[in-house]
Amino acid sequence: MTENSVPVLSVQNLRVSFDTQDGTVHAVDGVSFDAYAGETICIVGESGSGKSVMASSIMRLNNSSTATTEGRILVKGLDVLSASEEEVRGIRGSEVAMIFQDPMSALNPYFTVGKQIAEAYVVHHPGASKHEIHDVVLAMMIKVGIPSPEKRIDEYPHQFSGGMRQRIVIAIALINNPKILIADEPTTALDVTVQAQILDLMMSLQKEFGMTIILITHDLGVVAEVAQDVIVMYAGHIVEQSHVDALFHAPTHPYSWGLLGSVASYGDNKRGGLLTISGSPPSLISLPVGCSFHPRCAHSKGEGSVCMTDSPSLRSVGSDGSRSACHLADDVLVSVGRRGFRS
Amino acid sequence: MFLFVVRRLFFAVVLLLAVSVFTYLLFALLPTDPAALTCGIHCKPETVLANRIRLGYDKPVLEQYWQFLRGIFVGRDYGLGQTAFSCPAPSLGYSFNQHACVTSLIGETFPVTAFLAIGAFILWMIIGIGVGAIAALNKGKWQDRFATGFAAVGVSLPTFYIGLLVLFSVVIWFQILPFPSYESPLDNFSAFITAMILPWLVLAVLSAASYTRLTRNGMLEAMNEDFVRLGVAKGLRLRVILLRYVMRQALIPIVTIAGLDFAGLLGGAIITESVFSLPGMGRMSIRAVVDSDLPVLVGTTMVAAVFIVAANVIVDIAYGFLDPRVRVSS
Ligand SMILES: Nc1ncnc2c1ncn2[C@@H]1O[C@H](COP(=O)(O)OP(=O)(O)OP(=O)(O)O)[C@@H](O)[C@H]1O
Ligand SMILES: [Mg+2]
Repeated sequence: MTENSVPVLSVQNLRVSFDTQDGTVHAVDGVSFDAYAGETICIVGESGSGKSVMASSIMRLNNSSTATTEGRILVKGLDVLSASEEEVRGIRGSEVAMIFQDPMSALNPYFTVGKQIAEAYVVHHPGASKHEIHDVVLAMMIKVGIPSPEKRIDEYPHQFSGGMRQRIVIAIALINNPKILIADEPTTALDVTVQAQILDLMMSLQKEFGMTIILITHDLGVVAEVAQDVIVMYAGHIVEQSHVDALFHAPTHPYSWGLLGSVASYGDNKRGGLLTISGSPPSLISLPVGCSFHPRCAHSKGEGSVCMTDSPSLRSVGSDGSRSACHLADDVLVSVGRRGFRS
Repeated sequence: MFLFVVRRLFFAVVLLLAVSVFTYLLFALLPTDPAALTCGIHCKPETVLANRIRLGYDKPVLEQYWQFLRGIFVGRDYGLGQTAFSCPAPSLGYSFNQHACVTSLIGETFPVTAFLAIGAFILWMIIGIGVGAIAALNKGKWQDRFATGFAAVGVSLPTFYIGLLVLFSVVIWFQILPFPSYESPLDNFSAFITAMILPWLVLAVLSAASYTRLTRNGMLEAMNEDFVRLGVAKGLRLRVILLRYVMRQALIPIVTIAGLDFAGLLGGAIITESVFSLPGMGRMSIRAVVDSDLPVLVGTTMVAAVFIVAANVIVDIAYGFLDPRVRVSS
């Protein structure tokens, strides 16, 4: 992380809520973080914790008729959330690109893949000649590892396998050399061998293009491999943001502990032995008062304690730059975590 | 693709043959004597007999059918000598009631039906898709509620009732238009338009209802597709996304249904033509039913069947063009 340079992406106090029949769903509730050039940030968290909604907001892709979005998202000095439609369109695909989870449904079934890659290029290069477009598309297809691209450029998405389609999606994402690539579980829908290939491809292209990658994943193995920084989300909040080594060696939030699979017991853990996260995520319509994790937290102090009354804010803890949203991060957890995890 | 088309056409011909056999036999098995219907109540038995022989109704049913089928390709002669007459190919039989070859009767009435169908079709596609698109783009707002209401009411209103209501209110109460009296557009264009405008509108608005629903739901469904999100994420203009991504997908089922609806209409809009006294094929068919004019019924049924079968083939082929997934797998 290059601390003193200007971040390429700055998310400030982002809140996204959806009006539904049952009430207002607070999908993202006050999220702030910065991303710097060339780094890889992984976002982890249980299903429904708001990862995708948060990622979509960066390109203002959430449906504006049902979603209410507040806060600031700065990309290249432009506040995406308050910019005009035309300004946002200008950064979509050129400054920020996105890869979606399911390559089977991400491509338009009615046009050839070549046309779809070309479309992404042309919209940001209005003057490009046919010849130039063809060359650029072909070069990109080669770069993402599509065999015999001259032939496949005129084929339709359904003629491609899942892995090949995801390569096409990546080609679309990278055709304009974006500064930021958001990948929302880009390999979840693929089989295991293909997953590794796609991830390798992304990482090698990151080196070549020098972009920032924001990777949403459930796979902690992937996190350990590719991330510099990790953001842990829970119920619309960032509960921890740490360097990957710090997270794996000394998670600063009980939820991170649980997410990491198992955590060695300490003094007052009545169950003893290994601990995983019990219970289910809270309703995003009415979050628990206080820390939203407290009903599932083995360490929360009893009735009337700060865990039950105050919502913890994200703050720096420890010495390795970790940020944690746990009231108890300083006194107990850091020390215990440091000692306990992976020991 | 070529093989697909050839195979499809072959099956279409087989299907039409089957329809012709079925139609012909059905009418042949009716307990009416077609020969007896050729002259009024005060008919001499000799005349009936002569007509029966002249029209070939004395032959076995299968041979009659064969004569009918042959007539379509080579024309058909009826009787011998002085009283003989012939219907040139494609002959669909002879209507004794109207003293004319069925083919020429259809030739006279079909243009009316075709004009009605084409005009109404264009109008209803514009109204249906337009209103549906506006609804989808304003989901949940008053435009959407209006369109949804229109669709719900429109599909459940009977053409017969609304046709009469419109006719009475516009022509009789408010006297905005004269009573429709059809004229060929070549003879008197303004009279043609005056006669057609109400049936066009009634047919179009009522048929548009289901297209409104289809368009609205199709577009809303398409808007939730991942590939549409990717289109937005590419930075494409809204117009491009709506046309190339959303409409493109929503149109596929619409094309299918529109093809079949249009073909059905070409076979005769029985109710609309009757209500607005348009001398089209539909009205002729219904008269033929009342008069037991079997040759005309067989003829119009066959023509309608040709349109339906042809529309099916065209829709199938169009489907291949519209959806590449179908094209390659077939
Ligand atoms: N359009 C919407 N309308 C209403 N609620 C929504 C909408 N989109 C998302 N949500 C809600 O917002 C919450 C966060 O959803 P999100 O998709 O961001 O979760 P996620 O962390 O990406 O989960 P996953 O790991 O399963 O992808 C969920 O509870 C979801 O139900
Ligand atoms: Mg998600």
